[in-house]
Amino acid sequence: MKGYNFGFLDEASKREIRRKILKAIAVPGYQVPFSSRELPIARGWGTGGIQITLSLIGPNDVLKVIDQGCDESVNAVNIKKFINAVTNVKITTDTTKASIIQTRHRIPEEKMNENQILVLQVPYPEALRVFEPSEFETRRMHAEADYSRMWLYLYEDIVTYREISIGARYPVMVNKRYIMDPSPIPRWDIKKLNMAETLYIFGAGREKRIYAIPPYTSVEPLEFEDFQFRVENFMGEKCILCGSDDTFLDEIIDDSKGKRIYMCSDTSYCNKLLISKKVLYKR
Amino acid sequence: MGYVAVKGGTEAIENACKLLIYQRIKGNSKPLEIRQITNELYLLIDRIISEGSLYAPELAALAIKQTAGDIFEASFILRSYRTTIERLGYSLPIDTKKMRIIRRISAAFKEIPGGQILGPTSDYTLRLLDFNLINESPQKRKNFVKEFLKDINLSNYDFPETFPKIVDILRAEGLLMEGSKNANGFFDITRQSLTFPASRSASLQVMARSETGGLLLLAYSNMRGYGDIHPTVGELRVGYVPVYVKIPFSEGYCSIGEIKVTEVEVIAKFEDSEGQPKFKLGYGLCFGHNETKAISMAVLDGAMQSEKPQMISENQEFVLSHIDGIESMGFCNHYKLPHYVTFQSDLDRLRKAQRESLERNK
Repeated sequence: MKGYNFGFLDEASKREIRRKILKAIAVPGYQVPFSSRELPIARGWGTGGIQITLSLIGPNDVLKVIDQGCDESVNAVNIKKFINAVTNVKITTDTTKASIIQTRHRIPEEKMNENQILVLQVPYPEALRVFEPSEFETRRMHAEADYSRMWLYLYEDIVTYREISIGARYPVMVNKRYIMDPSPIPRWDIKKLNMAETLYIFGAGREKRIYAIPPYTSVEPLEFEDFQFRVENFMGEKCILCGSDDTFLDEIIDDSKGKRIYMCSDTSYCNKLLISKKVLYKR
Repeated sequence: MGYVAVKGGTEAIENACKLLIYQRIKGNSKPLEIRQITNELYLLIDRIISEGSLYAPELAALAIKQTAGDIFEASFILRSYRTTIERLGYSLPIDTKKMRIIRRISAAFKEIPGGQILGPTSDYTLRLLDFNLINESPQKRKNFVKEFLKDINLSNYDFPETFPKIVDILRAEGLLMEGSKNANGFFDITRQSLTFPASRSASLQVMARSETGGLLLLAYSNMRGYGDIHPTVGELRVGYVPVYVKIPFSEGYCSIGEIKVTEVEVIAKFEDSEGQPKFKLGYGLCFGHNETKAISMAVLDGAMQSEKPQMISENQEFVLSHIDGIESMGFCNHYKLPHYVTFQSDLDRLRKAQRESLERNK
């Protein structure tokens, strides 16, 4: 884009963000404060993820952007348009062909490898915020690994609902040291964080925090021996397009009477299966 | 001398008022037409009719012109005009299912019956200054309009009469907590003074005409962590709804026109009500196209339903007492009025206290 640096941000800003990323990788699960620049996209719309992507991206990178698992979702399209305008890099929808994937609320179904980076957009970087509003307090708790109130919160949830009621944004223990907010990915995706080959970087633009899970790091969802972590249950439903019953499904209201159909949330994976099967799945 | 009530004060005030008018027109540009304001600053108008709580776009435009764009002052002028108009009666409740929709989205589901309709929105624009607009010519505008409309043929397009409400579908499945039905009609905040706990009808009215920034501040504090709503926008719709009134001495009713409104339903974290966990619903509706305001309103409506309020956004009395822009800006600015009598009295106490303290320390 004429009049703007490659990657929109100036080089000094990018360097600062890269240094904060290195620190985040060195201390897995720890939230590193960063300056967080203004972008021409509103706060809460992925500005943390975009700043990470813009500070890492080079002319030879191949970028994929998804929102809720979908490449065509409005916000994903918009972010791609912006990053492409300021970098001119190649864009793909194929998970296996991308070098950087920026995502909101999902981790792709296909396994990612050591040469890839997943950048996650984060609305609330603080997992302890659900019971403690003060940043001063939550930073103290992390420093002292004082997580008793988190366990108490989960326990009280079980007493009230006979179930841990957290849907997405399920808190995890990283490297047996820090409790971390994995961003609002479904519980379905939590297991993909553990001992992964890929580097995961989390960016919260509004709250000005970066954190990371380096490859081959232990990531465990918080659970009790008698109340174990469970992923979403689709009650045997299958994707209406490709027939998958082993992917995370979107529930879609098909008509005003409330009839439901299900489709893969990861649209590029679904398309890939469709092409390989060459026919629409028939229920 | 300033504005103290000595001789010459009246003249100084008159001159200050004239200077205000001079300030607006001294630049010698073409006078701003009301039509220009209604056409091009329509979102500002929407904000002012909402905060001024009078659905009168042209009068709002006039207020904007008169106040040189001060949103508080413009809403204030509109509100004071509103109070001079006789209350003829109440309309029937508006039915937002009948909305002529210009925008309608749900964040809860990928696809919804009737479809996601983005409509005119700045959500997906890059917030970069468009320097081309500095010299925007009428010809360029004409070309854009021609190009934009060339492939659009509305005549053979089948517009749906109604769009189903997403929350109705969830409600039918028993996933939503039901609000109490207000059997005793509604509370009119312009005719009765607010008492606490306020009814939901009163609470929604106060929020509908509140100041956007104030409402946003409290809603944002809840979203950030000083509260527990975790909202999902079940549905946001913007469009025109017909307003019906009952015809006196008859069973019939008739339409008196339509108004542009923004309506939002947020689905909040579920709660256990009577042994059955259900989602809580927060509702927001206001005049004009004001999405930030309607979402904030819905979030606060949800927050104020908390059974054990702990945070300020959950405290109904706190929220409802502080969000009216006309009241808060009036009070804030009243501190510029002369306070020398009260200040004199404070001075006297301070001097006395200082003397006492000197005595004691001797």
